[in-house]
Amino acid sequence: MAGGTYEKYKSDGSIGGNILEWVDARFPATSMWKGHLSEYYAPKNFNFWYFFGSLALLVLVIQIVTGIFLVMHYKPDAALNANGVPVAFASVEYIMRDVPGGWIIRYMHSTGASAFFIVVYLHMFRGLLYGSYRKPRELTWLFGVGIFLCLMGEAFFGYLLPWGQMSFWGAQVIVNLFSAIPVIGPDLSILIRGDFVVGDATLNRFFSFHVIAFPLVLLGLIAAHVLALHETGSNNPDGIDIKEKKDANGIPLDGIPFHPYYTVKDIVGVVVFLMVFSAVMFFAPEGGGYFLETPNFYPADPLKTPPHIAPVWYFTPYYSILRAMVWNFFGLDAKFWGVVGMGASVVIFAFLPWLDRSPVRSIRYRGPIYKTMLTIFVICFFILGYLGTLSPSPMGELISQVCTVFYFFFFLGMPWWSRMDKFKPVPERVTMK
Amino acid sequence: MKKFLIALLFAPVLAFASGGSVHVDKWPGSVGDKAALQNGAKLFVNYCLNCHGASYMRYKNLVDLGLTEQAVKDSLMFTSDKIGGLMAVAARSDEQKLWFGATPPDLTIIARARGEAGNAGAGADWLYTYLRSFYRDPNRPTGWNNTVFENVGMPNPLWGLQGQQVMNPETHKLELAVPGKYTAQEYDKQISDLVGFMVWMGEPQQEFRRTLGFFVLAFLALLFVVAYALKKEFWKDIH
Repeated sequence: MAGGTYEKYKSDGSIGGNILEWVDARFPATSMWKGHLSEYYAPKNFNFWYFFGSLALLVLVIQIVTGIFLVMHYKPDAALNANGVPVAFASVEYIMRDVPGGWIIRYMHSTGASAFFIVVYLHMFRGLLYGSYRKPRELTWLFGVGIFLCLMGEAFFGYLLPWGQMSFWGAQVIVNLFSAIPVIGPDLSILIRGDFVVGDATLNRFFSFHVIAFPLVLLGLIAAHVLALHETGSNNPDGIDIKEKKDANGIPLDGIPFHPYYTVKDIVGVVVFLMVFSAVMFFAPEGGGYFLETPNFYPADPLKTPPHIAPVWYFTPYYSILRAMVWNFFGLDAKFWGVVGMGASVVIFAFLPWLDRSPVRSIRYRGPIYKTMLTIFVICFFILGYLGTLSPSPMGELISQVCTVFYFFFFLGMPWWSRMDKFKPVPERVTMK
Repeated sequence: MKKFLIALLFAPVLAFASGGSVHVDKWPGSVGDKAALQNGAKLFVNYCLNCHGASYMRYKNLVDLGLTEQAVKDSLMFTSDKIGGLMAVAARSDEQKLWFGATPPDLTIIARARGEAGNAGAGADWLYTYLRSFYRDPNRPTGWNNTVFENVGMPNPLWGLQGQQVMNPETHKLELAVPGKYTAQEYDKQISDLVGFMVWMGEPQQEFRRTLGFFVLAFLALLFVVAYALKKEFWKDIH
């Protein structure tokens, strides 16, 4: 397992062997290969839900590689060109039309942004299904929440770059939210924008955050996420510890080496994922107007507000929670509580390891209460997401308030309701369902 | 307080009166029809490009419509632009703003911008209906109004082709008062071609994109068979 000690590679006399021995004496090549892949023992009963971790890594690579190529022709410049179009906006169309293969790279990146969130949401849902966040994997979970927060920042900053109408006004609305924070709010929002309005300074600093700062932090957190996981070993759909039953060599009886077993299995997952990804990218790159919003085909115009400002679909559940908060508490504006609610709805995931008090990890051995609660939670999440794409309405507001209350009850009530359930006995060994 | 929050977020929205729900006709054309696209390109450079730019588009890319570079130069380029140049507008935007009250928008990706979430063809349908819905209105500074885009700044540039429609004050339907060069059916076909060109211009490689997509999916299907067989082989001992 990771952290264990492995013998240094001894050359068999071949050139390749000599090189590897030379490297291995100076760098933990064999040790890393074995510790994280060929002798990292993962439970043999991973199911469908366990594809999304490796897929998230794949999408990250897609985003970084396509991003590198996009930066070669993209120009973060809000000034108008000779034809009266912002340079940034025109540079995106230049990539789409005049850069050979540019449209593929750009569609991969724009589809990849939505794919990243789909994959990460499913990855997080897996954690909820099988209690992956429970002791001893709390740090893996916390790094994961950090990755999620970072990803949201990354997506938010990136969305401004095409400098379309929705880019501009979306950023305007979200940055304005920070001004609701008491005392420091107004100055904070100016600090974020670098100006009194969203403008060239904002575009340039968001570009910097999007291509340098956040990817760096993201990579660090992902490394920590995987290292922490490999320290404790992976959870599995039965939620039991495979390390408790080991053979004479200290290898878990229900464990199989990640490589080759899960590498070949994940390749199947990757191919299926790429088929779905390609179907969107080649046949519906706008994602029905949800991956690329149609108002973003108009260049940013600070004098003309779009009739309806909606964030991209992956932010809409939180946006609904923001809009659901309509009361002033403690003399503070409702807008401030909206921001608090939106922030809390994301950060609250971090507390799951300590909120969940059930004696079992996996949903397979939990009772009807957890199953009901999780189902309602998912339904609320979808409803909030849907409402977030719509213009505000009194009925929508009421529904989103009900859903918001349940959203928070799911977490805050968990110490009580997670204990009250009827539990089934947990098996000794993993089951292959 | 809710009102305050919403007002803060959406204040400018209220001031922006968009068309609302008007009936929109389905665009009957397709981007696969080269002859129609060529006709659309001709209409576009003759009637649209004087005031609107298509400034992300290069003349040279018009050869994808099945034309030679010489044909593009001879029949689609009126200014001394270079063939590799952008289809920029000749009129100055500050003057235009004075004439029409607003700078005419760039039309390169207008068909995409007019789309709707969940309705891919909405942009084409809107353009197809809009361009057939002008009518004479003495109350407007240009003398023209539009049922799809109320109080639009643009006069009908195609009136010579369509003729002049008027609004029947009783039925609230448009009627042809002065006939133009084409019959209503012929005019619809012309507009269909013009819209087709704008849909094509919004993403000139869209046909190629779909074709490439089939090959990519076919390759991945093949790769799936191999990957699945590999997985089966490795996992046959795991129970």
